[in-house]
Amino acid sequence: MSEAALLTIDRAERVFGGGRTIFGMPKPAVHAVQDISLEVRKGETLGVVGESGCGKSTLARLIVGLDRPTGGSITLDGRDIAADAGNDPRALAKKVQYVFQDPVSSLNPRKTVRTILTAPLVHLIGLGKKDQERRLEELMEAVNLAPEFLDRYPHEISGGQAQRIGIARALAADPEVIVLDEPVSALDVSVQAQVLNILDGLKSRFGLTYVFISHDLSVVESVSDRVAVMYFGRIAEIGPAREVFANPRHPYTHLLLQSAPAPGRKSLVPEDANTELPDPYNPPPGCAFFARCPNATHKCKESHPPLEAKSGEATHLAACYHPHGGEEE
Amino acid sequence: MTEAAVSSAPKARTTARRPDSIRLLLNNSLATGGFIVLVAVALVALAAPFLPLADPDVTAPANRLMPPFSPDHFLGTDALGRDILSRIVWGTRVSLAVGLSATVIAAFFGSLIGLVAGYAAGRVDSVLMRGIDMIMAFPYILLALAIVAVLGPGLLNALYAIAVVNIPFFARNIRGITLGLSRREFVDAARLSGKSNVQILFIEVLPNVLPVIIITMSTTIGWMILETAGLSFLGLGAQPPQADLGSMLGEGRKILFTAPHVSVVPGLMILVLVMSINLFGDGVRDVLDPRLKSGVLTRPVARTTIDRKEAPSGLKPRGDAVLDVQDLRTEFHLGGTVYKAAGGVDLHLAQGECLGVVGESGSGKSVSAMSIMGLVPSPPGRIVGGAAFLGDEDLFSLSDERIRQLRGADVSHVFQDPLSTLHPLFTIGDQLTEAILAHRRITRSQARKIAEDLLKLVRIPNPAERLKVYPHELSGGMRQRICIAMALANDAKVMIADEPTTALDVTVQAQILSLMNTLRHERNAAILFITHDFGVVSAICDRVAVMYAGKVVETGTTEEILNSPAHPYTAKLIDCVPVLGEPERRLDAIEGRPPMVNNLPQGCAFADRCPKAQADCRAAPISVTEIAEGRSVRCLHPVKEGEHV
Ligand SMILES: Nc1ncnc2c1ncn2[C@@H]1O[C@H](COP(=O)(O)OP(=O)(O)O)[C@@H](O)[C@H]1O
Ligand code: SF4
Ligand code: SF4
Ligand SMILES: [Mg+2]
Repeated sequence: MSEAALLTIDRAERVFGGGRTIFGMPKPAVHAVQDISLEVRKGETLGVVGESGCGKSTLARLIVGLDRPTGGSITLDGRDIAADAGNDPRALAKKVQYVFQDPVSSLNPRKTVRTILTAPLVHLIGLGKKDQERRLEELMEAVNLAPEFLDRYPHEISGGQAQRIGIARALAADPEVIVLDEPVSALDVSVQAQVLNILDGLKSRFGLTYVFISHDLSVVESVSDRVAVMYFGRIAEIGPAREVFANPRHPYTHLLLQSAPAPGRKSLVPEDANTELPDPYNPPPGCAFFARCPNATHKCKESHPPLEAKSGEATHLAACYHPHGGEEE
Repeated sequence: MTEAAVSSAPKARTTARRPDSIRLLLNNSLATGGFIVLVAVALVALAAPFLPLADPDVTAPANRLMPPFSPDHFLGTDALGRDILSRIVWGTRVSLAVGLSATVIAAFFGSLIGLVAGYAAGRVDSVLMRGIDMIMAFPYILLALAIVAVLGPGLLNALYAIAVVNIPFFARNIRGITLGLSRREFVDAARLSGKSNVQILFIEVLPNVLPVIIITMSTTIGWMILETAGLSFLGLGAQPPQADLGSMLGEGRKILFTAPHVSVVPGLMILVLVMSINLFGDGVRDVLDPRLKSGVLTRPVARTTIDRKEAPSGLKPRGDAVLDVQDLRTEFHLGGTVYKAAGGVDLHLAQGECLGVVGESGSGKSVSAMSIMGLVPSPPGRIVGGAAFLGDEDLFSLSDERIRQLRGADVSHVFQDPLSTLHPLFTIGDQLTEAILAHRRITRSQARKIAEDLLKLVRIPNPAERLKVYPHELSGGMRQRICIAMALANDAKVMIADEPTTALDVTVQAQILSLMNTLRHERNAAILFITHDFGVVSAICDRVAVMYAGKVVETGTTEEILNSPAHPYTAKLIDCVPVLGEPERRLDAIEGRPPMVNNLPQGCAFADRCPKAQADCRAAPISVTEIAEGRSVRCLHPVKEGEHV
């Protein structure tokens, strides 16, 4: 599945805490992201879904170099992101950008939109005065905002407009990859649709590659070419979006799809059992979904199920010993 | 660098906003008084060289200890015959200069340390802050004394000593703020915009910290003047013959009883100076501190002010409803502007029914729901019209006592954030028991038993144990279950739930929704369910009311609204929601934004965004038309069955 992978994540791991105190006592460690391997091809949108605390944002921060993996590697076009983030953060920021979940808090309250958008133009691509003006206009046009907004402060614009400014900032230096971390979760549905449409247009216009993170399955389904479902820091299932949503193999994906509310869907099928995530300080040895899984057997408790192809499709992988929709091992 | 060129725009704006802050400051008469006195004192001190004053240091033993109001010596003379008026003016000048410089030095170094420690965090932070802790471990004045002892007495050395002992104060304050700001997303965003750490710290973070630095300065400068005076009083600051307020006081001490004016005059001066600075400083703090500015200090009353212009004599409860809200009008009065958050809202709930209230944020869903039991904060909110009938009683004409009885009993609330309902310092059991005892005359152990049953009811495993835990020990979904249990504790007839599942994960949301659905059937409780999600509406609501710009624009059963929306807004709103299983569907965004509720148009509020708008839509307010039994719409040209807008 590696025709021209642009972004390659190889067994990435991020552990928070750990180490020892000055008295030699081990400090508790949390595996926010564990053993994640995936590839993103040029021009595609990879959707990442999962519930709060499953490591989506940590993964996103690793990809843009705001954080470094404690194990494994992430490469963009063959160059190690963690190394670039240390040596030449500007070169990295020129290629990978980020759109934040909270549109308002991602804009400095004391800077005008113009100042905010000029920063990447100056620091990343070193545009001169004249070109800056032209580029600012292009950017505002791209996100469908009137140029008047350039002179406003963040508290003088709405959430949807703020998020478009966040997108314009990410676009400013003409990156190859944009990581969008819950870009529409804080927005009203009508505004959400505006922003999703803008993102869609920009992608084809500028040949962008998206990593689109969201907890909202319907949003992810509508934007993604492929999707990765995360649970407790690992990938539970990954594959072509259509495949994963139509024919989920991991019991967790199945549960998510069952639980998602949809207009016209009368009753949601709730699970009765324990819905708590496992204790991150004391992770179970086997499958993390064990306590909630209807298909669980003794085997699941012993060892971690590997991420493998479960259906005929070689591109559709799930980490489960007894996948949903029948066994074939 | 380029920052300078770009920052011209913000400057223009700051000046435009400044009168606002100054006006706020002038509204505070104490601060204004302090400011006037301070300016007067400072002007006189500044003008000292030009004033017709005697030389402050020339001694004249013949004229020693002349009382105040003597000819040529308005405030008398001291033990060496020097003119006290002249000395006090020159002394104030010195004290002000020293206090100010010490403040600036302390603020500069303290803030720098705080900024660096807060931004760098980790090891740098630990090292810097341990250093600061060490300074703070010494008693304050002792440290100043020690510094002067090392450097030798003298005004300048006193200044350094005072500055040094005040550095920790600034460092700690600024570090805390910086620490918080550095975790904000805009700092990451600046990093991804290619800014270096130094640029981020000074261009992005510092402007946000500056108000705090100014507040801290304005509240400490008075103390610094006092401290310098203290050192001079002990003879460690200003050296004779130079006058400053502290040394003058010190000189007067020995003759306090024979010639009190020698010490009383500088004493009074210190009092006036420090008082005026502190009053002014507090005023500055109040203006700059956003928390105080937004009016936290004016505590809202326990129940929304009800200020109905005409008695709603025409309004009668409709027969079948447990809760019947009619023509509810709630406004916010802020400054000179009136926000009509609820502009004539009608909602009615039959027994055991779940009514969904849908709309975008700001459409008035929460305000309408909170108005029912008077939970809208007043000021600035007030209910100016309409009625809310619970059975036969109009909730807006009941006594506060009766409302208190009904709250949490007949009508209960569940909010989006369970932590806003649960007290962090009491166990779940205590809080549930308390809620039960507030409305029933039973013993504590009986109440505890009911509490346990309630937890069982909301499907919390191991209820007896869970009664003993604190809210923070539970997950978000568990906490929301507790809130639902609390809402059910006293057999509520109506449960008002404001986005109760919005903050939860989908799997948890599914559980909470099915729990609420089962419970309302078991208990025959009506639910007013506020949400923005049509999926959630489908899962639990029998009927739906769609709100836009403070009014209900359409009501009907859930099926009717979802399958054949009649109001163009409802239709557009449904079209812009992505639906699971239909990824190809093009999302039809509604362009534009809802109007502000302080500036509503004369006609239909949706007209600017409506594809079906015509001239008549803008002419006059649109009234509600009943298009079928129990189905009404506020639109002149409703969408017809099968029509696409
Ligand atoms: N405490 C308040 N002070 C001033 N205005 C308020 C306050 N609370 C709400 N509003 C205003 O009332 C309107 C309706 O808000 P709200 O009921 O919270 O909307 P919704 O719940 O539909 O998102 C908005 O314009 C909002 O700005
Ligand atoms: S590995 Fe076992 S416990 Fe884990 S999801 Fe599959 S069946 Fe369930
Ligand atoms: S009244 Fe007119 S403008 Fe308003 S929603 Fe109906 S058709 Fe549109
Ligand atoms: Mg609300």
